[in-house]
Amino acid sequence: MYTSHTQADREAMLKTIGVDKVEDLFQCLPDEGKFPQLALPEGITEMEALDELQYISSVNETPQELISFLGAGAYNHYIPAGVDSILRRSEFYTAYTPYQPEIAQGTLQSIFEYQSLIAALTGMDVANASHYDGATAVAEAVNMAYHNFRGRRKKIVLSPTVHPQYRDTIHTYTKGMDLEIVGENLKPEAGPDELISLIDDQTALVLVQYPDFFGRIHDLTKLSEAAHAEKALLSVHINPIALGLIKPPSEFDADIVTGEGQPLGIPMAFGGPYLGLFATKNQYVRKMSGRLAGETVDTQGQRGYVLTLSTREQHIRREQATSNICTNQGLIALASTVYLSLLGKNGLQELASLNYHKAHYAAERISTVPGFMVNPLQPFFNEFVVHCPLPAAEINKLLMAHDILGGYDLGQDYPDLTHELLVAVTEMNSRSEIDFMVEVLEEETHD
Amino acid sequence: MKAPAELKYSKNDEWIRVENEIATMGITDYAQDQLSDVVFIEIVVFEGDAIGKGETCAVVESVKAAADIYMPVGGEIMAINEALVDSPELINEDPFGEAWLVKFKISDPGELDSLMDAEAYKNLERDH
Repeated sequence: MYTSHTQADREAMLKTIGVDKVEDLFQCLPDEGKFPQLALPEGITEMEALDELQYISSVNETPQELISFLGAGAYNHYIPAGVDSILRRSEFYTAYTPYQPEIAQGTLQSIFEYQSLIAALTGMDVANASHYDGATAVAEAVNMAYHNFRGRRKKIVLSPTVHPQYRDTIHTYTKGMDLEIVGENLKPEAGPDELISLIDDQTALVLVQYPDFFGRIHDLTKLSEAAHAEKALLSVHINPIALGLIKPPSEFDADIVTGEGQPLGIPMAFGGPYLGLFATKNQYVRKMSGRLAGETVDTQGQRGYVLTLSTREQHIRREQATSNICTNQGLIALASTVYLSLLGKNGLQELASLNYHKAHYAAERISTVPGFMVNPLQPFFNEFVVHCPLPAAEINKLLMAHDILGGYDLGQDYPDLTHELLVAVTEMNSRSEIDFMVEVLEEETHD
Repeated sequence: MKAPAELKYSKNDEWIRVENEIATMGITDYAQDQLSDVVFIEIVVFEGDAIGKGETCAVVESVKAAADIYMPVGGEIMAINEALVDSPELINEDPFGEAWLVKFKISDPGELDSLMDAEAYKNLERDH
């Protein structure tokens, strides 16, 4: 085994810090915690290891084998083969922080194109090179608003229908920041207009999701006017596929748009990697966190790409930087760029329309089952809340017995909503799958 | 190195002009030269704020660096130079004139004693 330090190095270091031997550095640990006996099995061959790992992975049940209606932030969409074949080019996937313009024009150009696509999709002036996932993008919106007002406005109005895990992330990020976060205690059914009375001249940011966590589409016009009347910022978290169909948040004059980029060609995986979309108006670009690639010309007048506005970032601005994030989710951002390029503008519109119609077909069919109800007046995209005659957790069990991954049990996050099931339908769900689920619901809940 | 005789100077390369307890401050010719082309300025204080000596009142960004600008003495902010936001290049063109940053009412005139006159500032030893 190679270790970088020689015995002489170690002795010199120990002598410098005044310790006799390495073990002395661990005196603070209780004895029973030191050098525990590990009950590790004997080594096995590669063949045996592969066999075991394949067995373990075969126990997983995935949307490949199941019929899935589960969404709640991660969606089962078709990923064209071209996405993976470009991602697996070693120029892209082996490079770590490939931001030097002298050697990384390809990567920088792909980041620039990613930014351009996200700006076009959201209708905003500028998008950064991405964040880790939707949750961190939302938390960065809070950071940005806080820094925009230099910490003088200490209130964030947060809708209770922003994804519960994103809200958790906001609370983690802002711990110790002397911020007051209001709005989450409103009834979960509350629409955006019910947030208006919470906005005042101490409000830095109003944060909503669109479509919201329950899949609902709301008109944000009044909320936006109310936020801007108090000079607060409005941040809107989107599902990028939905923007193939519904008004972009820029039309509500949103100041910040964030999104979870997973639907754009990223497989569903526990813990990611996912993709945080982040876009804003030009006037806030210096307050924006994250990396930013720009287009320029070199000394010979040829087009080239470089990171730009780096002075925003923490290695230069130090504690006054909006964020300590100065990296991006490079490979995953590339996947979404390839995905969007393959679909094109019309393809994205068709996909969004397909999702919309399938989801509405499913909602209509489910509503015909006695005891089940979908609010017929509420506009939604590809996800909707089903009121069930039994607790949602039990409905999911009944469905799973038929190899159907049901929806998301909202009682997990909203104690009053134990009978509400959040159902997502995408282009991956055929009509016969939807009909089958409806049949199972009919049979299993029949008296 | 330009350093008008009627001004006082801090070690951080800020200048201050005092007229009847009202001070005007900015950054020196030496500072703008070190920064090179200034591309962005953000004044981080508001009118009415009481800001102590040594606290940050602005951030200047050039093609080379970003630098905090500190209050040479403490005071209550009376005015900020909004024109700089749209024309940051004024810092390079006219550091002692048009490119003033903030005007403020000095809270403790005694703090002025810690500043240098033009001659001392010109002879200030630099680390590099």
